[in-house]
Amino acid sequence: MIQFNDKTMLRVNEIIARYPVGKQKSALLPVLHLAQVEFGGWLDVPVMDYVASLLSIEPIEVYEVASFYSMYNLKPVGKHLFEVCQTGPCMLNGSDDIIDYIKQKLNIGVGETTADGMFTLKTVECLGACGYAPMMQYGKTYREHLTKEKVDAIIEECRAKAN
Amino acid sequence: MGRKLLLEKAHVEGIRHYDVYRREGGYRSVEKALKMQPADIVEEVKKSGLRGRGGAGFPTGMKWSFLAKPDGVPRYLVCNADESEPGTFKDRYLMEFIPHILIEGMIVASFALGSNTSYIYIRGEYDWITDILEEAIAEAKQNGWLGKNIQGSGFDCEMYVQRGAGAYICGEETALLESLEGKRGNPRIKPPFPAVKGLWGCPTVVNNVETLAAVVPIINEGGDEYAKIGVGRSTGTKLISACGNINKPGIYEIDMTISVEEFIYSDEYCGGIPNGKKLKACIPGGSSVPILPANLLLTTAKGEKRLMNYESLSDGGFATGSMMGSGGFIVLDEDQCIVRHTYTLARFYRHESCGQCSPCREGTGWMEKILLSLEKGKGKMSDIDLLWDIQRKIEGNTICPLGDAAAWPVAAAIRHFRDEFEWHVNNPEKCLTENYGLRHYADPIHVPTN
Repeated sequence: MIQFNDKTMLRVNEIIARYPVGKQKSALLPVLHLAQVEFGGWLDVPVMDYVASLLSIEPIEVYEVASFYSMYNLKPVGKHLFEVCQTGPCMLNGSDDIIDYIKQKLNIGVGETTADGMFTLKTVECLGACGYAPMMQYGKTYREHLTKEKVDAIIEECRAKAN
Repeated sequence: MGRKLLLEKAHVEGIRHYDVYRREGGYRSVEKALKMQPADIVEEVKKSGLRGRGGAGFPTGMKWSFLAKPDGVPRYLVCNADESEPGTFKDRYLMEFIPHILIEGMIVASFALGSNTSYIYIRGEYDWITDILEEAIAEAKQNGWLGKNIQGSGFDCEMYVQRGAGAYICGEETALLESLEGKRGNPRIKPPFPAVKGLWGCPTVVNNVETLAAVVPIINEGGDEYAKIGVGRSTGTKLISACGNINKPGIYEIDMTISVEEFIYSDEYCGGIPNGKKLKACIPGGSSVPILPANLLLTTAKGEKRLMNYESLSDGGFATGSMMGSGGFIVLDEDQCIVRHTYTLARFYRHESCGQCSPCREGTGWMEKILLSLEKGKGKMSDIDLLWDIQRKIEGNTICPLGDAAAWPVAAAIRHFRDEFEWHVNNPEKCLTENYGLRHYADPIHVPTN
């Protein structure tokens, strides 16, 4: 049974209360973020249907939004998601090399997950950290001024968390 | 050194938090504004000459004065914090390090516009900054600057942060409003403008983060004082986010009287180009604005020094000039490949096109494919003309400016660096031996002279 835990449910209700009565659909993006965190890092159809029921909207209204925004994962992702920026300013500072290095190091292609389900590599477009390039999003924050050594350290950090 | 209005206190320890911010003079503008008539606040902002800092440069006071005020209908202020234009990362800096200046500016603006509920729509990836803003809002509320009857004035205002979820298009104000309503970020047809029909069909003003922060010094010092800084219609200060091949990437607050040359080479700003390399080109106002070769960047076609302001950067139109845009300043050194760089931008716009209008949906995909094939040495001479033709057919033919934003970088790259595109067609074997465009050049072939 898909159900937010009590703490998240409180948060959901807090978010809905930010909008005028009857405009609870406005809570869709923030609630999908919460759902993605709580239900395994991606949005399966039953999860989206659950969000629709919470907000009293049609499931299609959730699907069309979830498929529009790049931060919602519609397929399972690894435990650790690396989203490396590849747009102009990052490219000028060597993001191509960083992407290649991660591919080789984890032995996966862009958009793929390692066989052990630990890592997924995605390339993304500009995340607004152009002065601190190359960079990637990992979890809630950014990892900036990336070098091969820093990538090694981040991967080690992830593996250490698993042990 | 120019005057700083927004970043003056940026390096005060603990300025992120209310107590320090208040001790340093924070929230004075709210105290002053609450004793003024809302219409007089709008007048001060008009006098200041402040222009929207998100990219379009539209006069803020005028935008505010367009807000419809029908009886019994709520009005809304929405802050556009969906900073996504490649090269632009200034709003992030303000929100991350001095969140209270945005909140302070928004309270004043909310009072001036009569908005009792105001929203900050922030790009979804700025997850940790959302937390910082929410904490700052809570601090402001605890201290009586938000909520009911603010400082005994009778004015009520609530403020909320809403996270997007990864879509550049939501920086376009009507797409942002759609997204805030829980929908796909498809821009609306204008008119009606948000000032008449915005959020949930109500009159709405959408302003950029830096614009709203600038309201604080404008109210504190008066619109006339603010207008004395800068030159011509470029009043006040502007945040520039500098990146690419420079020694000191980062955020700089400038007073718009300095020259582009000083900005790039002075140690106070970008500190020159690493490893003694030459300046090849620059995109001075975020990825959407035309790229300029070094000679046209530093001097206008008339031979005058180009300055870091709205008028000077656009001097010469698109033939020989560019735009101030969002202040995202991207520098390319002599080793960089214009074709590859333009390809990454075309890929960006293809990815970010919402798909509503065919010229943009189809055209951005075609431009990306053609640029990639040219970059890999698989292009034909006729592809360059085809590329030119496609961008012409996108520009001006879409609901929102994303189409123009996708077309301009391609147009400018061909306009100023056509020889480099031709080099790719004429030297396919050199393109194929290396992975990256920027390595195509053992010897830089295009260092602009004269």
